[in-house]
Amino acid sequence: MVHIKRLQEDGADIITPIGEIDASSSIELDLTIAKSVGEGFTRILVDCSALEYISSAGLGVFMSYIEEFKDKNLKMVLFGMSEKVANTFEILGLYELLTIVKDKVEAKKKVHEV
Amino acid sequence: MRTKAISRLLFAVGVITWIALLFTDISVVFSTKRNLPAEIPTWLPGIILNLYLITLYYYYKIKIDRDDQLNFVDLLWRVFATGLVATVFSLIIRLIEYMIGATSLVGNIVYIEVIYLINLGLMISFLLAAFTAWKRLILYQKSKWLLRLWAFFEYALLISLLYNSYVLPRAEWLYNSLYGFFIVTGLVLSGNLKWVAFLNFRQKWTSLLLLLLTIFYLIYSFYTNTSLAMSVSGEEIGFADYRGHIFIQSLMAFVTVYSIFSFLVILFNLPTTSVFEQKLEEVVNFQRISQSIQTEQSEESVYNILLETSVSSVFADAAWFEIKISEHDQRVFTYRISEKEATEIINHLKNHHVTGVLDQSSDKTKNLSKHLGSLKGSRYRSILAFPIYVKGDNIGKLALLKELPDGFNKEMTKIVSTFANQAGISIENFRLLEEALQSERYKEELKIAKTVQKSLLPQMLERDSQFEIAAFSESADEVGGDYYDTLRISARETSLIIADVSGKGTTAAFHMSQMKGIFHSLAQNCIEPDEFMVRANKALVYCLERGSFISASFFLVNTEDRKVRYARAGHCPVLYYSAASDHATYLKDKGVALGMVRNNSYSNFIEANEFNYAPGDIMVLYTDGITEAKGTKGEEFGYEKLSEVLLEVKTLQPQQIQEHLINKLYEFSGTKNINDDYTTMIIKFK
Repeated sequence: MVHIKRLQEDGADIITPIGEIDASSSIELDLTIAKSVGEGFTRILVDCSALEYISSAGLGVFMSYIEEFKDKNLKMVLFGMSEKVANTFEILGLYELLTIVKDKVEAKKKVHEV
Repeated sequence: MRTKAISRLLFAVGVITWIALLFTDISVVFSTKRNLPAEIPTWLPGIILNLYLITLYYYYKIKIDRDDQLNFVDLLWRVFATGLVATVFSLIIRLIEYMIGATSLVGNIVYIEVIYLINLGLMISFLLAAFTAWKRLILYQKSKWLLRLWAFFEYALLISLLYNSYVLPRAEWLYNSLYGFFIVTGLVLSGNLKWVAFLNFRQKWTSLLLLLLTIFYLIYSFYTNTSLAMSVSGEEIGFADYRGHIFIQSLMAFVTVYSIFSFLVILFNLPTTSVFEQKLEEVVNFQRISQSIQTEQSEESVYNILLETSVSSVFADAAWFEIKISEHDQRVFTYRISEKEATEIINHLKNHHVTGVLDQSSDKTKNLSKHLGSLKGSRYRSILAFPIYVKGDNIGKLALLKELPDGFNKEMTKIVSTFANQAGISIENFRLLEEALQSERYKEELKIAKTVQKSLLPQMLERDSQFEIAAFSESADEVGGDYYDTLRISARETSLIIADVSGKGTTAAFHMSQMKGIFHSLAQNCIEPDEFMVRANKALVYCLERGSFISASFFLVNTEDRKVRYARAGHCPVLYYSAASDHATYLKDKGVALGMVRNNSYSNFIEANEFNYAPGDIMVLYTDGITEAKGTKGEEFGYEKLSEVLLEVKTLQPQQIQEHLINKLYEFSGTKNINDDYTTMIIKFK
């Protein structure tokens, strides 16, 4: 089960998934990101500090946006991952494809880079 | 069959006792008239009369009381028919008598006696038929108390037959008090007329007619018998006189009272019948709505039944049901009104800013009739609207229309409101049922997928003088997408693969089969591991949907050089035990999973590495189901534990290492019901 919060800071949309993202709850994550894009946000931060677990389907959600973001020149930065979650991203090689940083300050800096 | 035989037998016995009564009574009358000594005792006719009564009593008990198929009108009909036969018979005798004219025969005591006995027999038969029928009517919806009272009444009447046998000395006070007692009990019992409420309008009319005729027959037979008895007693008093017969008198009083009561109650119930009928119809309609979930094929038919039933229960002229399909889209089901007309009314109310249920701002039932007055061209002058809820969500509105102004009263509002609630429940149940069916279908599909998945895994693994392989794969209820395989390329080269398809179910099994195809076609050409991944990625991009990917590790074992070349595409890092250093490490090379990078740049994200192996080295390939296996407290099995477990059994054969690992996993999770897939492939070099 996952609960997803959204709030806006400095023109960036901060998405905070709380709990576990598995095959069924990944749909919710997908909807939230799609909504954020639909609302016209160009800078999206994903706060993973409260994310306890993410399954391959959840990773698939992030992955599925990579190309779209590149085409539309949108930026997405993930931050605050626990070691366990970070490991999941790392094994699949997503560190190469996504922008993943340590904390919010760094993430904001990264997302505002041109 | 048996009851039929018994009833025939009883009828025959009845006829015989009547004939016996005829002869004995005539003989008594005849002998006393002539002052001859009686050949038979004078009390015998009385006994035979009682026998006749008892026989007929049982006859009707079987004919009427035990016949469960008779309804109320049938019962009345039986009584009426018996009365008709009795009366017609009696009238025919009168007619014959009239035609013969006043001869000496008419004045003959024996003749009068015969006519009297015929009429008496017919009357008794009629009375008993009515008595049995009334019993069933009275005992409809009986209470314990009523049942006891009736039994008491019936047995007391039967016992009174003893009194009538003239064995006991006759006393006026006893006769009067008994008669009075039976009349009072009969009156109390006659208050039970519940059956009347269950007759519909037509049945009530029929019953009235039947009862009226029954009363007429009663009067006629009473009159005939009294006059005949009087003319007999004028000549001779020693005959079987029914006038002093307590049983017959009480029976007569009871049957007459109940007939009159029933007649009057039905008469006064006539005007309210339509109300009862309507209520009954409501109940039936309710039943239809709730049954519709089981029988109806679609939600649409549930809506149609809702429309039909609510219209018929409040006598509306038309109705529509507006249902929300999605946020902005709605559908209108109509009943006796065109969709165009319904939309016109909806728009009219919207344009006049009528706030009510129709604009979804209110959740209460509203009577919006007064707003219809201003709509030109519509024949409807009353409208009533109801919201329908499913699981607390307003899914639509039911609107009822009438051509009469002010056509809906409070009562109707209540009824339809209950209907709307019931319909909500029905729709909800219907949806739940549908969901259950869907999930059943899904489960069936999963079973097939699971079989497919199993068949994709190799039955036999490659063996070699330099290494031995053991593999294991167990999936949870849901189908996973774990895949492993081996392929011998040449005498000195063998390729191995382990892969994990993202997602579960049929799609996962399908992608797994694609992976197998890719492995078998690409590996044969003895290509480099990184090249294998690049090509596999290219092939998979075309068939994997966005968001799906496959993590894989590919190994090329060269037994000549004692070297392994490999590439890791996002798969769990292989655990490698080196016998020389007695140490196990994870080989965390760079590599992105297949299907994630959809352009030609994938080659930048994958790399190939190599290592030399020595005898005693062990390579453990696995999927994330193993490292992510949950313990009793929710903690994960993890990488450290995996390498610890390997070190415990490093000297054993791969098959034994694997068994040990699986046992440890089950022990760790505390159950054999795994919630993910456990897949390992263990290679030990020699």
